Amino acid sequence: MSIFSPRSLPEALEIANNHPTARLLAGGTDTMVEINFRHYEPTDIISLRHVRELQTFEQTGEVYRVGSAIPYREFENGSYAHISQALSEAARTVGSPQIRAAGTIGGNLGTCSPAGDTLPVLSALDAQIELASVNGTRVLSIHDFMLGVKRNARASNEIITAINFSKIDGYQGYAKVGVRNAMVISIASACLVHDPKNQRVAIALGAVGPTIIRCRESEAWLSDNTDLSTNSPISADITNEFARRVSAEARPITDHRSTAEYRKHAVGVLAQRLLKRAMQ
Amino acid sequence: MSTSPEMYSLRVNGTEQHVKDAWIGESLLYVLRERLGFMGAKGACEQGECGSCTVLINNDAVCSCLVMAASAIDTDITTVEGLATTETPNDIQQAFVTEGAVQCGFCTPGLIVAVHHLLETNSSPSEIEVKEALSGNICRCTGYGRIFSAVQLVISQREKSVS
Ligand SMILES: Cc1cc2nc3c(=O)[nH]c(=O)nc-3n(C[C@H](O)[C@H](O)[C@H](O)COP(=O)(O)OP(=O)(O)OC[C@H]3O[C@@H](n4cnc5c(N)ncnc54)[C@H](O)[C@@H]3O)c2cc1C
Ligand code: FES
Ligand code: FES
Repeated sequence: MSIFSPRSLPEALEIANNHPTARLLAGGTDTMVEINFRHYEPTDIISLRHVRELQTFEQTGEVYRVGSAIPYREFENGSYAHISQALSEAARTVGSPQIRAAGTIGGNLGTCSPAGDTLPVLSALDAQIELASVNGTRVLSIHDFMLGVKRNARASNEIITAINFSKIDGYQGYAKVGVRNAMVISIASACLVHDPKNQRVAIALGAVGPTIIRCRESEAWLSDNTDLSTNSPISADITNEFARRVSAEARPITDHRSTAEYRKHAVGVLAQRLLKRAMQ
Repeated sequence: MSTSPEMYSLRVNGTEQHVKDAWIGESLLYVLRERLGFMGAKGACEQGECGSCTVLINNDAVCSCLVMAASAIDTDITTVEGLATTETPNDIQQAFVTEGAVQCGFCTPGLIVAVHHLLETNSSPSEIEVKEALSGNICRCTGYGRIFSAVQLVISQREKSVS
């Protein structure tokens, strides 16, 4: 049993390669709960706390590259709050200030829970996930990265280094349903991104399927029936039909947090609300 | 760099503390209380929900129950003990007493650290900012009203002492 505290990315990758069963530890907000409740017995741990490369942010033209271990607080109201309104709104709904000071997007991706709050945002933004190993770096679309309930495409020697996505000019927002305001895991959530330049709306749903659902059919229907090059208000008939279609694309289950029926209804309401906010 | 999880040292309130015979999965909360004798941070939920274990790591307020202790090497850890002495409470602690914001007191150390952190980053928070900053700290006794009054008291006292 060892805990490694690498001081650079190459060092971290070397350790990850030599210890394929080691667990990566970023903010620890998922992993420590598992350990405290004895759901997971740690053997080797690779702490990412001192790996500077994972804390960096870059902008190249219209593309942002966000280090995987930057805590939520920086997206909520800190240095990177301006890069994506939806990401900022999603970050603000996570846990509590203490959780947001520690928890990271890399950890949200690593856990890959269907209720992970940043995942619908990354899906609607068509984010690209950078995975590094001693063999080099590969970039995967978020849609190929998320495989199922708490399953993703990361290989055991890989570290998620960064998330890339493009700046978008139109409205973007995130909405979540939970039993109260602070500290709730989502019952249902939605992220909507309006990209007037490319005349499209993207909508992704959280907590209503084994992984995040992109509502491609509803998106296509909307662009066939609406002028998406502007944000002029659209008729109630259109928003209602859009909501109905989004709701039909959800594949929720009933569990201890809520019922499938309620979740299906809720994502329709969220879709309608977000579309109205986008088009006004 | 590899640290043996059984032996490492942590910088708590400015002093190096040696941890011996530890298990890799121990939380910072556990190590502070059970191995190093810092009883300020309290454990109630061990899942990040109650905030009674709040400490500062490099001046960020975090739940010590969610920090793997051995991963906190080379950081500055501040517990409530590091904010004042028992003999001379700081202005936040005094305000909690004055306003009756302490009943059973279990939540108090975590709240003192959270309020300290809030006022270090924002010296004149609005009411809603105070509520948001303390939303990760649960109190089962006071109903929060007296806690918010204590925070307002500190803010107004500090404003007076500056002007
Ligand atoms: C009280 C509480 C409230 C919470 N509320 C919310 C909420 O509202 N919404 C929400 O979405 N989540 C919530 N969470 C869950 C958690 O905070 C998030 O999932 C967070 O994003 C995890 O990030 P972390 O850095 O703390 O992860 P860690 O616990 O450090 O890691 C989680 C997983 O990801 C892996 N991992 C971490 N970093 C990397 C990397 N760079 N590359 C590859 N794998 C990596 C780890 O190996 C591990 O398997 C909450 C947790 C708690 C305790
Ligand atoms: S004991 Fe850490 S938050 Fe409750
Ligand atoms: S005073 Fe008892 S929990 Fe707050």
